[in-house]
Amino acid sequence: MNQSSNIDLLKVSDLKVAYGKVNALTGIDLTLKEGQLVTVIGPNGAGKTTLLSAIMGVLPSSGIIRFDDKEFTSPEVETLVGHGLGLVPEKRELFTSMSVQDNLLLGAFLRYRKGDKTYDKTLAEIYSLFPRLWERRQQQAGTLSGGERQMLAIGRAMMSKPKLLMLDEPSLGLAPLITREIFRIFSDLRRQGVSILLVEQNARAALRVADYAYVLEGGQVAMQGPAAELANDPKVIETYLGLANKHQELLSS
Amino acid sequence: MNFQIATLLGQDGLTNGAIYALLALSILLVFTVTRILLIPLGEFVTFGALTMAAIQMGKAPVLEWLLLLLTTIDCSLDIYQQARTRIDKTKLQKTALKLGYALLMVGLMHYLNLAETPMFFQAVLTLCLIVPLGPIMYRLFFQPLADAPALVLLIVSIATHVAMVGVGLLLFGPEGARTQPFSDSGFRLGNVMLKSQTLWIILVSIVLIVSLFIAFERTLYGKALRATAVNRMGARLQGISPVFAGKATFALAAFLGAASGILIAPITTLYYDSGFIISLKGFVGAIIGGLISYPIAAIGAVAVGMIEAFSMFWASNYKEIIVFTLIIPFLIWRSMNSQHVEDEE
Ligand SMILES: Nc1ncnc2c1ncn2[C@@H]1O[C@H](COP(=O)(O)OP(=O)(O)OP(=O)(O)O)[C@@H](O)[C@H]1O
Ligand SMILES: [Mg+2]
Repeated sequence: MNQSSNIDLLKVSDLKVAYGKVNALTGIDLTLKEGQLVTVIGPNGAGKTTLLSAIMGVLPSSGIIRFDDKEFTSPEVETLVGHGLGLVPEKRELFTSMSVQDNLLLGAFLRYRKGDKTYDKTLAEIYSLFPRLWERRQQQAGTLSGGERQMLAIGRAMMSKPKLLMLDEPSLGLAPLITREIFRIFSDLRRQGVSILLVEQNARAALRVADYAYVLEGGQVAMQGPAAELANDPKVIETYLGLANKHQELLSS
Repeated sequence: MNFQIATLLGQDGLTNGAIYALLALSILLVFTVTRILLIPLGEFVTFGALTMAAIQMGKAPVLEWLLLLLTTIDCSLDIYQQARTRIDKTKLQKTALKLGYALLMVGLMHYLNLAETPMFFQAVLTLCLIVPLGPIMYRLFFQPLADAPALVLLIVSIATHVAMVGVGLLLFGPEGARTQPFSDSGFRLGNVMLKSQTLWIILVSIVLIVSLFIAFERTLYGKALRATAVNRMGARLQGISPVFAGKATFALAAFLGAASGILIAPITTLYYDSGFIISLKGFVGAIIGGLISYPIAAIGAVAVGMIEAFSMFWASNYKEIIVFTLIIPFLIWRSMNSQHVEDEE
């Protein structure tokens, strides 16, 4: 499973974020090696979304973010996007009054600006990955169903061909079949060499596809380790995977 | 009123309306992308007209020094900001390029025989002087406030307008100016003489409006600007920076404003402070379009021009009052029909 190199693509040290006086993150250290799929799980309000927003530069933070051999402190969103970081935010932030196709094309804005004309190929790939988006390509993004919106948000982020793709709960509100499909896509992407940082409520699925995992609780890293080990950790099983489910899985296997 | 007078008034109304439509579109464009109500738009109109007039008289318009001054301030800010973070070579090159451009314009204004150059190049020179003022204005006055509430932006916008009127008086003096028409020939429609400048204005306006439409609907850069208006954070995540969008729309607004000034300068005498009333009428058109709809705003602006022309005939003393009262029924109608608009603040 572990075919990733040993180069750190993302290394976050002592990252702190506060909303006014409330500390949402109190010193996070996190590393992601090139080609890895790392997942961050944790209860509601643990600070997972805050973590991704801070890494992306959406929120001001203190601490060092090292991405692709460059160091940033509280960077600007556009700078990191320019260096090849992509985020599918929790709120998706689609261009609701524009067509599906325009949303996707805008994902490739920087590539277009740099004179890279191969984004048509990426567009075709995304349409073949999500045939539903192809059917709806002229429809306004705001009128899509919840699941279709998720696909569009993921597709749009992929259009920029990021070195590291960060996803905030991509399976939120998706039917189980599509969820499985999306996780399969993550494995595929990883195999193609795209690194992924995945925040998920669906801990079981996330731990299954990930190389490495962090458990966030109350703005701190409570546990970390190779995903396969964490998946068997009794504490993780109890809190995030659920004994009953484990039991069912044993029964069905 | 007979047919002849009606055509004459219609002609006036249509030319003014075309200009108001251009201005209404600029106001809308800037407002949707940046939430700024661009009050100083009218100054781009007068600067355009008066610069063109100065160039035709063979004088350097002095505006090039303003450009150089503002560019210098802009570049010093750039360098100061870079010194605080890290020196970036490409950014330094850009800074040097901007300064070089301003110096080139100063050189051109002083070594070219301005009065002798063909009118088309005089217009191009005017635009080259004025268009960069748009992005610089955004950079200096609005960019540091990008996240401020709309009211603060409005106040800064008004302040910029007042300052620019003053600068206009300083640069161009209190005298009005008119320029030569693009072509001399007039022609007849039935028994009415039509001015050729009328046709020029209508033609150029239509070309500009159509190319704007194409740029916004078809090109990725246009879509990027629209995307910023629809969802700022979404756009930032695609690497479309609001600063880029703000500068681009201000450049477009400066271009449309200056172009309008060049277009109407042959048919109206413009003074350093005439711009405000003109852009205000474009604003009425924009209000009719609800500050959202481009086509309705354009049609509204043409209607404003028409009503202005005909009220000049029937009640010339009340012409401005009639035009500006026009806003009221639309505002009432809008407030009664308003689907609740989500407030940003
Ligand atoms: N804008 C804000 N102002 C104040 N507090 C905030 C703000 N945004 C988030 N918080 C708080 O910060 C904490 C972390 O929030 P965050 O959204 O990062 O959680 P999360 O781990 O993503 O949760 P979930 O799984 O529900 O998405 C929460 O307690 C939340 O209430
Ligand atoms: Mg969250």
